[in-house]
Amino acid sequence: MAVFSNAVLVACLALAVAGSAEAREWRWGGKLDLTRGVANVEGVGGGGLAAWALITGNETADGIGGELSGAYVALPNYSARVFGGGVGLYDRLEVTAARATFDTGATGAKLGLGRGFTFDQTIVGAKLRLIGDAVYDQDRWLPQISAGVQYKANDRGAVVRAVGADRNSDIDFYLAGTKLLLDESLVLSGAVRATRANQFGFLGFGGDRNHGYGAEFEGSAAYLVTSKLAVGGEYRSKPDNLGFAREDAAFDLFAAYALTRNLSVTAAYVDLGDIATFRRQRGAYVSLQAGF
Amino acid sequence: MKFPALMILAALMAPAAAQSQTQAPPGEQSVAPYAQGDANAGAEPFKDDRLFKALHGLAGLDRVVAELIRENQADPRTADFFHSSDTVRLHRTLVEQLCYLAGGPCRYTGMSMAQAHAHMGVQTKDFDAVVEHLERALDLEGVPFRDQAKLLAKLAPMKRIMVDQDRN
Repeated sequence: MAVFSNAVLVACLALAVAGSAEAREWRWGGKLDLTRGVANVEGVGGGGLAAWALITGNETADGIGGELSGAYVALPNYSARVFGGGVGLYDRLEVTAARATFDTGATGAKLGLGRGFTFDQTIVGAKLRLIGDAVYDQDRWLPQISAGVQYKANDRGAVVRAVGADRNSDIDFYLAGTKLLLDESLVLSGAVRATRANQFGFLGFGGDRNHGYGAEFEGSAAYLVTSKLAVGGEYRSKPDNLGFAREDAAFDLFAAYALTRNLSVTAAYVDLGDIATFRRQRGAYVSLQAGF
Repeated sequence: MKFPALMILAALMAPAAAQSQTQAPPGEQSVAPYAQGDANAGAEPFKDDRLFKALHGLAGLDRVVAELIRENQADPRTADFFHSSDTVRLHRTLVEQLCYLAGGPCRYTGMSMAQAHAHMGVQTKDFDAVVEHLERALDLEGVPFRDQAKLLAKLAPMKRIMVDQDRN
C-alpha cells in the first residue's frame, strides 16, 4: 500500500475548498496505492471485467486525480482494444470516457461482415460514491457503495439491428459495493447492473429474445500478495438477448502489479464464452494504467 | 536502542490507573494533564499476541518506531508535523500504542488520537504518507505483508478521527 505522491505534483495549489468552514489545502494525489482499482473493459474504475465502488485517480477528498488506460484482449477468433481516461473529483465522483474496438479479424469474413470488420463503441460513465470507505473503515462491515451510469454508443447500428438488436446506444445503471479486508489481505467487490447490452454493447442493446432491462451481477475477489501485487478472479453475468447466438457469462483470473506509484499493469486469463456463434472465446487480457 | 526500551519498562511499571500525569518521564517535556487509559489507543487490541510476536516484540517495535519517526522527520511531506514534537515522548507512546494494539504486554499512557492530533490540520494525504513510512519501517524490520496489513487494519479507522472529525 505504498502511497502515491509525485514531487512535481505535490507543488500544492493553495486553494481553499469551497464550502469548508476551515480552509483546506487543495492537493494532488495522496490516495493509497491499489485503492483506485484499475480500469475495466469499459474504462471504469474497477477490476478487469467488473465495475468497483472505488473512485478512480490518486486523489483524496482534498483534490482531483485521474487515470489513463489501454487494454488489449486476444481471443481465438477476435481481439479487442480499449483506450480510456477518467477524472476523480474529491474521491467522490468519477467521470470516465473510453473508446472500445472489437476486431473480428479473419473471423469477420466468416460472419459475412468482411475481414477485419470492427465494432466501435464510445462509453461515457459517471460514478458517485454514496457511503462508506473501502480502505479506512476497517472497523466496520459496511463496504464503500457507489452508484454509476454508463452511456454506450455503438457505431454499427445497421449491423447490430440486422442480427436482432433493438438499438445501438443505451444506458447501463449499476450499484457497486467494494471492501478491502486488510485483516485478511482481501479485496471483495460486487455489483448489480441493470443493462440491455449484448456482448458489452458491441452487438447493440436489447434483442429479439428479450427487449427489456435485466439485472446482472459482477463480482471480484483479490488477494493482496504484497502491497504491490494482487491476484484474483472475476465473474460477470450478461444478458442473452439475441436469438442468433448464445451469450455466456465472463470470467477472468488476473494479476495486477504496481510498477511504480503511477503505473500499474494487469494481466489476465479471460473466458468470455461464446461470441457471435464462435465457441469458447478464452484468451489473454493485458492492460496498462497510469494514475495521477 | 537500549535507552527507549528501558523507558518502556519504566512505563510498564508505572501505575496504569486512569489518572492525570503529573511528572514527565526522564527526557520528556511535561504535558498538560489528561485522562489516561488504554481506550486512548483508539482501537481494540488483538486478543492474542501473535501479531506482537510477528513484529518481533518490544525490541522490534522499538526499531520500527525509531525508523518511522526518522522517516516522518526526513520526508518534506510530513516533516512540519513532527518539527516541534517531543521525539522521546512520541517514541515511547507510539511503542506503547502499537504494542498494546498488537496484543503485547503494554499499557497505553498517551493521549487519545483526537487530543494528540487536534488542530494539526492533518489531511488524508498526510495520513497516507505516515502509513507509507510505517510500511517501509515494517519492511526494514522484515515483517511479512500479511502481518503489516493486520496492524494497518487497526490504524486505518483512526483516519476518521485524525482527518475527518478535525475538519472544522
